[in-house]
Amino acid sequence: MTRYLLRRLAAVAGVLLVICAVTFAVFYVLPSDPAAHACGKTCTPEQVALVRTQMGLDRPVYEQFGGYVAGIFTGRTLGDGPAALECSVPCFGYSYQNALPVWDLLTDRLPVSVSLALGAAVLWLAGGLAVGLVAALRRGTTLDRSLMAATLASASAPVYFTAMMLLLVLVQRLEWLPYPDYRPISEGPAAWAGNLLLPWMTLASLYAAMYARLTRASMIETMAEPYIRTARAKGLYERTVVTKHGLRSALTPIVTIFGMDLGGLLAGAVITEHVFGLPGVGQLTYDAIFKADQPVVLGVTLLAAFFITLANLGVDLVYAVIDPRVRYA
Amino acid sequence: MILRVRDLRVAFPAGTAVDGIGFDLDRGRTLGVVGESGSGKSVSSLAIMGLHREAAVSGSIVFDGEELVGAPASRLRELRGRRMAMVFQDPLSSLHPFYTVGEQIAEAYRLHLRASRRVARERAVEMLAEVGIPEPRRRAGEHPHRFSGGMRQRVMIAMALSCEPDLLIADEPTTALDVTVQAQILELIKRIQQDRGIAVMLITHDLGVVARVADEVLVMYGGRTVEHAPVREIFRAPRHPYTQGLLASAPRLTAGSAEGSPDPAAGGAAGPAAGGRLRAIPGSPPSLLAPPPGCRFHPRCARYAATPEDACVTEAPELREFRGPLEIHEIREIHTGRALRPVGPEGAPAGPVHRTACHLTGTLGGPR
Amino acid sequence: MTTAAPREAAAAVAAPAVRGRSPGRIAYERLRRDPAALLGLAIVTVFVVTALAAPLLAGLNGWRPETFDKSAIDQALGGVPKGDFGGIGAEHWLGVEPGNGRDVFSRIVYGARVSLLIAVAATAVTVLAGTAVGLVAGYFGGRIDTVLSRIMDLVMSFPSLIFMLALLSIAPGTDRVLLLVLIMSMFSWPYVGRIVRGQTLSVRHREFVDAARVNGAMGPHILLREILPNIAAPILVYTTLAIPANIGTEAALSFLGVGVRPPTPSWGQMIDNGLLWYQVAPTYFMIPCVCLFLTVLAFTLLGDALRDALDPKGGGR
Repeated sequence: MTRYLLRRLAAVAGVLLVICAVTFAVFYVLPSDPAAHACGKTCTPEQVALVRTQMGLDRPVYEQFGGYVAGIFTGRTLGDGPAALECSVPCFGYSYQNALPVWDLLTDRLPVSVSLALGAAVLWLAGGLAVGLVAALRRGTTLDRSLMAATLASASAPVYFTAMMLLLVLVQRLEWLPYPDYRPISEGPAAWAGNLLLPWMTLASLYAAMYARLTRASMIETMAEPYIRTARAKGLYERTVVTKHGLRSALTPIVTIFGMDLGGLLAGAVITEHVFGLPGVGQLTYDAIFKADQPVVLGVTLLAAFFITLANLGVDLVYAVIDPRVRYA
Repeated sequence: MILRVRDLRVAFPAGTAVDGIGFDLDRGRTLGVVGESGSGKSVSSLAIMGLHREAAVSGSIVFDGEELVGAPASRLRELRGRRMAMVFQDPLSSLHPFYTVGEQIAEAYRLHLRASRRVARERAVEMLAEVGIPEPRRRAGEHPHRFSGGMRQRVMIAMALSCEPDLLIADEPTTALDVTVQAQILELIKRIQQDRGIAVMLITHDLGVVARVADEVLVMYGGRTVEHAPVREIFRAPRHPYTQGLLASAPRLTAGSAEGSPDPAAGGAAGPAAGGRLRAIPGSPPSLLAPPPGCRFHPRCARYAATPEDACVTEAPELREFRGPLEIHEIREIHTGRALRPVGPEGAPAGPVHRTACHLTGTLGGPR
Repeated sequence: MTTAAPREAAAAVAAPAVRGRSPGRIAYERLRRDPAALLGLAIVTVFVVTALAAPLLAGLNGWRPETFDKSAIDQALGGVPKGDFGGIGAEHWLGVEPGNGRDVFSRIVYGARVSLLIAVAATAVTVLAGTAVGLVAGYFGGRIDTVLSRIMDLVMSFPSLIFMLALLSIAPGTDRVLLLVLIMSMFSWPYVGRIVRGQTLSVRHREFVDAARVNGAMGPHILLREILPNIAAPILVYTTLAIPANIGTEAALSFLGVGVRPPTPSWGQMIDNGLLWYQVAPTYFMIPCVCLFLTVLAFTLLGDALRDALDPKGGGR
């Protein structure tokens, strides 16, 4: 088990390194001139050249890349002379826009995105699994059909549409909720949750619909398995058959998808954060991309990739716990 | 009498799968139910266990004096696993992949006998030992995929027997197994049946299996009984053309006397052991939606092809007692419950009565 | 008798009806009797015809999608459309765009063209690339399979939305449609690849493949003639379900401002624009949203129905 874990962690590191290299190549090599972006529109060519030297852009690409990766673990000094910037570990460079360390920007924004993702995940898991389970057990009834029609509609609506509709109804018409304005949890859980409820509901309505459909399909397939018939033949209560024998198997494919979805959202739900103006990593990404702030883009890409690969690893470990066949393999 | 089935019908929304079968089963006896897939043999056994969820079950199933048709689901649940148990065909997919075999065996014991986790676990180990699994204590903590096919089926049997049931239904218990392992599993079922004196209903498409363990044989075709007789009779003198076809098409697994066990079929006259060549029955099993009129077997029947008779097409043949060659007596119609002339206690032919449902038996029947 | 009794009964009943018919024929019969599939098909047909006949439909209306109509908006109020419901009336059937008075109906019709074209083309590229890689990986196995599978895993680990945004924001804006198609496909082909690889593995050693090999067929022939037709059903289902996903992605990218560039209309772009005006002209926000919703819904209905119809177990899930 330990060896397996170490091997998997090494693989995660490898994936991150490749993603880092590709991102680096795309954002540092392809575009016209990062130095010009960094310096601003009023810079003279001499100033741009100075910035370029300071940023190390005049050196070969592999050297730049090596410096970048090394900086993450050891920190580094950007530029030299009086303009030199000390960049402490973990160094992801400085934002072109406001000269703040990328790492600080990320850690500032991360709690917002994590709050958004985790809260929504709780809502959509609870809602999606419950609806899917009920629909599967009442398969073919009017209830099943209505639930499935509702989930289909909910899954087909674009996030921004759902967001605006909820905003219109719950905030403007009924005035039940405040307009979302992020408050850290340190200011009290009520303020934190109250302000995030609307974004949570927006994201959850989309994901819960998908999870309900998945759960239903998975549950129906599982309940047709011969071992379910065995469980019934043993005289177990139907409740036990459904939960202990059925649901446990039916949830395994859902674990995989949940890991991927959560991993993707932890580093920012770009559209949701954009619509509600939440100051999370997603919004940071959006701003950085349109301002061509490459160190920040590189930073958020790595962060997102980190969460995705970590979530995949988590899924595999959970799998080994759930399914003994994986454990021995 | 532990099990008494009369006029059992199982209807699905799509069609009738079992159309009026009946039989009796005593403690210490084994009934072999034989037929092709789709003949209704598995459907019947699931009806006895009360495991149908989308089907209408009618007729009568009396288990140890208690009527099960129409009984509340909660009562059937109490009986399942406790007093009647079932072993299925594919032991891998019939065992839950995520739980250890020990947990799966202990589960029913804990529930029905209100045993503690510890006691139930001991019981699981004991049962594994009884069905011949080496190192039962260690193996109880392993998951089904670590067992071979034959060992898995032993686990299934251990699971079924953990609560000391009175009736064991085994649905094709050896079909998914290797030939050598098949014999071992059959021996195990036979031994357990003798040791515990339980009633066994063994469902199979394989007459070789029946020959090894059954006392009586019920041959099913298209949801109906076509022949019902002591095992010796079936092999010595099959009456129904379908049974004869089955015997002719089955490779004789037990032609010799394997493992020195007395084999009721060893002296059988019918079948390829005597004739040499295998002959398949032409055609395919009838559809449930639109079964052939009259005798359901007539479209595939060699005897009908040779001497067609209108009754075969217009009238469903009744199950009649066959006393001797060319001699037919109507007895109590077991499969409809209609008493014409009661025979034996409760009207049930527990002894060696040979019955068959064929219009043409009288004219051309008999051992050929 | 291996399966659960109801299923067995259903199979036995279905048997006579099924005899002698190809799986495609059975699926067609099932689809024809499925109201959800027919509804989906009807809506899809409406939008596809709309997209194809965009110039014609816009001609009926008399307004080009790029033409400003200053008379339809209230300059004094900052460009709010005159009249109720965003200026809906005989002149502008679905109202006008706030600020410049462009005709919403024409823009929706042309927008359908852009949205569907991009989604369908991206799906086609995704499915072709994924199928090719999946077939090769599954059929040849060994080292080739290992390498291709690793690449697929790697691509799937990329944060695709961020990457798509970033690539589209720095890419030169010559042909946005082609660019969108390529970049959208770049991150979705491994999903097809995985499905196809798994399916190929499962049929690779079936009798008909062995038979073809024994008869001297070569790799490409076996792949295209023997294996591909036998794994076509899941690919078809994936394709149908990928189209709505790609419509959504295209709209999201346009919504975030990296899709097709104005004045080319696209639904996502209209929604993004509409968000600024939704307090004063909610219809301008609602109309493209509803179109997007209906299209995605219809394709999903169709895809679900197709999956059930092609399911050899009898569907009805």
